[in-house]
Amino acid sequence: MKIRYRTSGAILLSAAIILLPGCGKKASNGDQGLGTGNATEIQNAGSDTMVNLALAWAEEYKKLKPNINVAVAGGGSGTGIAALINGTTDIVNSSRSMKRTEISKSKNTHNQIPKQHIMGLDALAVYVHVDNPLEEITIEQIGMIYAEDGNITKWSQLGITPPGGNDEIIRISRQSNSGTYVYFKETVIPEGKEFKLGTRDLHGSKDVVELIGTTPSAIGYSGMGYATSHVKMLKVANKKGDPAYGPSLQNAMDKKYPISRPLYMYTVGEPTGHIKSYIDWCLSDAGQKIVVDSGYIPAP
Amino acid sequence: MLHRSKGKALREALIEWLIRICGISAVIFVFAIFFFVFWEGKGLIFNNKVNINTASIEAITKVEGIDESLASKIVSTRSEIKLEKRLTTEWLLKEELLDEDTFVLIEPFIKAKEFSFWKFLTTQEWYPASESNPRYGVFALIAGTFSVTLLSMLISVPFGLGSALFISEFCSPKLKETLKIIIELLAAIPSVVWGFIGLTIMNQLIMSIFGAQIGINVLNGAIILALMSVPIIVSIGEDALQAVPDSYREAAIGLGVTRWQMVYKVLIPAAKNGLLAAVLLGIGRAIGETMAVLMATGHAVNNPFDGDFPFLHALESVKTLTATIAAELGETARGSDHYQVLFIVGILLFSITFLVNLTADLVVKGIKNK
Repeated sequence: MKIRYRTSGAILLSAAIILLPGCGKKASNGDQGLGTGNATEIQNAGSDTMVNLALAWAEEYKKLKPNINVAVAGGGSGTGIAALINGTTDIVNSSRSMKRTEISKSKNTHNQIPKQHIMGLDALAVYVHVDNPLEEITIEQIGMIYAEDGNITKWSQLGITPPGGNDEIIRISRQSNSGTYVYFKETVIPEGKEFKLGTRDLHGSKDVVELIGTTPSAIGYSGMGYATSHVKMLKVANKKGDPAYGPSLQNAMDKKYPISRPLYMYTVGEPTGHIKSYIDWCLSDAGQKIVVDSGYIPAP
Repeated sequence: MLHRSKGKALREALIEWLIRICGISAVIFVFAIFFFVFWEGKGLIFNNKVNINTASIEAITKVEGIDESLASKIVSTRSEIKLEKRLTTEWLLKEELLDEDTFVLIEPFIKAKEFSFWKFLTTQEWYPASESNPRYGVFALIAGTFSVTLLSMLISVPFGLGSALFISEFCSPKLKETLKIIIELLAAIPSVVWGFIGLTIMNQLIMSIFGAQIGINVLNGAIILALMSVPIIVSIGEDALQAVPDSYREAAIGLGVTRWQMVYKVLIPAAKNGLLAAVLLGIGRAIGETMAVLMATGHAVNNPFDGDFPFLHALESVKTLTATIAAELGETARGSDHYQVLFIVGILLFSITFLVNLTADLVVKGIKNK
């Protein structure tokens, strides 16, 4: 008898454990209903470059409209766009424009053409180690360093000796799901070409800068907001003979700095309701002030 | 009394069934996972899309949205450019043979290239995200996985078996308990923490000690993996040595051998099955590990093997099969070629671990039958 009693206790206990999360959820939903009215959640995923900006927007918007919750996730522009196509996110932050194949897939799934919103601009900096004597570089030279048949592989070809004496250029890049990768590819690599194999593909904007800070013979690219005291941002010229400009807010706004790009948001179709008012707010003066505070350039 | 024993019998039958389900579940899970991975990846091998670079006008016309005039235009364009450049829907759009609406309609049914499994295994060009010319060659990724695993085993097997021997045979009972607890703690460190150590600390150490150009490379990944597989090798190896009956030890010592002679001549041969199992589980861990190698190996498509001494260039960066799947799966849209090719990589990885396990089983059986 005693054993039986214990077993049924154990069954009850496990049943309670299984049921418990369900109860909890119900209760909290009820609380929300009583407290703040119907809380609406907007799913916002995508670009790692934009994740801090998106978080700042979401926090500020929460103060304005406490019943709307914007859930922000990173993962890369490609990942976010895949989520939009698969229907798991409402708004995608993307630091590149959607590819035609992606637009076509999204249209096939949702029966509407995705809507593009330009939210601001970003300047992409080319980084080298702080002790590297190189100061300027042209887009063409960057292309020859990175593209698959480019013939610059040694620092001596650029006329300098890097600190540490290793002449080979260590190329640091991003993974292909990053909008930064795609934008950099479109800007510096001749059309139809790919990156050279053997490029180190790192996971985040910050990792790129950190690795360059510890690797004297490395070159890489990342948002200009990620600069540290261990790295140097190169001045970039459009072509040989042109003046080179460093990445700065002013140079990017004046279109002097050649590697600056728009930051986008995408929705499955024309946005409506909460999503529309959120995007409109991000584009308002209050939202654009946050863009400047985060180190980016306001939308044109 | 009768009632009670009936209840008991029922309960025991229930428990027996539960245990049986637990036992079978492993088999079901393995098959379900294999089936899922194969199902997701099969599209690229057996697909029914139309290849616009080889299909006839009739076949192309069957695609929704393409009428006969467009199909013949496609075929004539194809013969004009004589396959110097492959046709893609993107390219046709650019050349204004297609309008946007037709593009959206036909894009999911058209492919530009046959998938060749042989090419997949033997070429090194891994450009899965390329718009104009995607290439799927995993040879360098296989070489990457193989190099990191090999080097990590060269480090972890002597260390792991050595410490298993020390813990089991040479140290005092008190030290033994402490060491076992600490080694189990080592096994509890999450792989992302190991990866971070590789990216930050090991990176700098390898650059300053070996003068490497970049610190995230095969050696870095191998050391991290070795540290991760040592706890497994130690605890299973130690169990195997403990399982050798004490009468063996007593008999050996009775014959007047030294402690090392006893270990070398008696214990290792007696425990070799268990020790081999320990090593193979360590290899399994090393092949399957993802996050740590993603962060520590540099993630660059590169084959570190060549014909020159020392054959394996441990200071070069590589990309492994597991890290490729982890890094790229999130960006792919379900059902796209890139998505499917990643599942084929998954099947490949599955086959490799299956082969390792099968070899292990056969070797262990072979030893038993001797």
